[in-house]
Amino acid sequence: MGTGALEQLKVRPPAAKRIAVRGVERGMRSWTPWLFLAPYLVLFTLFVAIPVLYGLWMSLHNWDQFLDEKPWAGLSNYTELFRPGSAKAGPFWSAMRATGIFTVLSVPLLVILPLGVAMLLNERFRGRSFFRAMYFAPYVLGVVVVSMVFRFLLDPNIGALNHLLGSTTPWTTALPWAWISLVGMTVWWTMGFNAVIYLAGLQDIDSQLYEAAKVDGANVWQRFCNVTLPALRPVIVFVVTVTILASANVFGQSYLMTQGAPEKKTRTAIMFIAEEGFQDFNLGSAAAMSYVLALFLMALSAGVFFFFRRGEDRR
Amino acid sequence: MSRQQFLFACAALLAGCGGASRRPTASFGTGTGYDGPPVTLDFWNGFTGGDGPQMLALVEAFEKQHRNVRVRMVTSRWEDFYTKLPAAVASGQGPDLALMHVDQIPTNAEHGTILALDDLVRDLGLREQDFAAPVWRAGAYQGRRYGVPLDMHPIGLYANTQVLEKAGLDPKRLPETRDEYEAALEELKGKGIQGHWVTPFFFTGGHQFMSLLWQFGGELTDPAATRATWNSDAGVEALEWLRSLIKRGYSPRNVGQDADSIAFKNGQNAFIWNGAWAIGDYGSTEGLKWTLAPLPRIGSEKAAWSNSHNFTVMRQSSPDENRLRAAKVLIDTITKSPAWAEAGQIPARRSARESPAFRKLEAQSRLAEQVPDLRFAAAAPGLSDVREATLDIAIAQAVNGSQTVRHALDDSARRANELLRLNREKYAT
Repeated sequence: MGTGALEQLKVRPPAAKRIAVRGVERGMRSWTPWLFLAPYLVLFTLFVAIPVLYGLWMSLHNWDQFLDEKPWAGLSNYTELFRPGSAKAGPFWSAMRATGIFTVLSVPLLVILPLGVAMLLNERFRGRSFFRAMYFAPYVLGVVVVSMVFRFLLDPNIGALNHLLGSTTPWTTALPWAWISLVGMTVWWTMGFNAVIYLAGLQDIDSQLYEAAKVDGANVWQRFCNVTLPALRPVIVFVVTVTILASANVFGQSYLMTQGAPEKKTRTAIMFIAEEGFQDFNLGSAAAMSYVLALFLMALSAGVFFFFRRGEDRR
Repeated sequence: MSRQQFLFACAALLAGCGGASRRPTASFGTGTGYDGPPVTLDFWNGFTGGDGPQMLALVEAFEKQHRNVRVRMVTSRWEDFYTKLPAAVASGQGPDLALMHVDQIPTNAEHGTILALDDLVRDLGLREQDFAAPVWRAGAYQGRRYGVPLDMHPIGLYANTQVLEKAGLDPKRLPETRDEYEAALEELKGKGIQGHWVTPFFFTGGHQFMSLLWQFGGELTDPAATRATWNSDAGVEALEWLRSLIKRGYSPRNVGQDADSIAFKNGQNAFIWNGAWAIGDYGSTEGLKWTLAPLPRIGSEKAAWSNSHNFTVMRQSSPDENRLRAAKVLIDTITKSPAWAEAGQIPARRSARESPAFRKLEAQSRLAEQVPDLRFAAAAPGLSDVREATLDIAIAQAVNGSQTVRHALDDSARRANELLRLNREKYAT
């Protein structure tokens, strides 16, 4: 996923087709492309294709990796997830909901804010390099560092923020505050990455387009809507897709900062699946949950892709 | 998708190396000493805190006494330990022996990770009367012994001496009954101090609830752990009491993880029901004056939650009798030593607990007064995971006030019963 968007980012050299044709003329054998593909194909088969199929097989069993007997379970690992009131369905959908809430709250911020930051950083002003580095800096920190720092900054009773504000806001222990904290921290932490991608895109836009627009009497807003946005389109598709997937895979932030508090309401899907598989040793049911989550993510990515493509057709 | 792929990859690797014969055992040789050829033992534990150096010192002392035995001690966080250990053993890379919490023994016994130690304790002549009875019983599962208890770490009542004095309370006489405890909290409240912070987290809210449940005469499960019974009237009373501390203003709302303990160190509250492991932490906090006593009796009987580190011996693909013998001697030597208590623990072995060296440790000795009243969870595979998935959430819901106590406990017990049934099917118990 996301490769479609990446493809659009690449500039295809006009000579590419000609070279390929010449290759055939020189007698390229039918296995030559496979040879070039081989290094990645081997890794892909070993670490993606086989585990995916093996996981599917596991999800059809009551699979405890340390027991000899791994009895066939048919589709029960899946049907249990859709049986209302079952012991697995409740926490699983609550975790899916948590992932959904986080994604819905964080993606718009992580798509829009970095664009603004990138446009500011694209202007000429003193100390520009310093600010470019500063906005990117948090991204190099690990999730553990960021989460632990924020956990103590935001602690309701002993945290620095409440001390400064003189309040007792439960930033990490009650809703909706825990979501505000998790989303806010993630935006602060990862905004720099998206901003750098946008910045690269902005620097690629031909300045003549802006000059032409100015000559035609376009104001700042019109130049943004009619020059910047269309020119950034492939970059935006990439940023949206990658951000959605990253947000939907949220794990470390809630694992470390809120520990699922309050009452496991901020426990995300990946967090729950990891518990089910590696703490409770129910890999079969964890695998089934992973497939349900994966189907959701595939549908979502496809939706994003078609949304942007439809827009393209209209243009 | 990278994390999912990672999960699948891990799963595939782990699954490739399963295949333990269930309930393995081994011969530990005879005698209580080691005079065989030189051996090196791998010894794993989760002592990543101040307790790590203490265990290492004990191991080094053992090496000095037994010139033919070298010990390689490997430490990893307990959170990762129980995932790593069975995987290492299943792939033939496991250690010779390890310490684990007693409530993890049934799961590891079912997974064929650890060996039955009935022969080992018979060789060493260890019997129930050599230990505290509840902890000795907790190390057995389905009639066989799997763990040799090293220590007990119950929760106790810690009090900040300076805060009590400021409120005009006598730190030498800590409250022992419900009336005394509530009177002290009321006194503190009058001085503007919220005396007992109630957290919705397992540390320390979960430990407090379980202790109270037992104090009110309840049980977590039936003895065979087929049914959750924490939603009994005793459970409701216990949780209502915890909630009442918030309602009556003795505790703030929405206390964060560990915030109760940090506030205790800062002198923001007066009491904390915390585990033996806090002795080292509070002892090394500069400027903190504190004292320790058994939990006050809130319900109808004395009781305190406890856990225990147990020595266990790992299954090997090719058992080496010399190493098993050396492991046996190490277990005997270290459980006998009172020095481990300096890390804040109560020795499980009676001889160590009654030694003058242990009696000199004031805080640990106060905690040890609770030994006859200590309670351990029933021995059933996966029980602590079930508790974590159900009861821990119910406690949080009730403490936060998002559910009524009765509803939270009933709902969690219903879900726990289903998970316990699935576990019984899985482990065929």
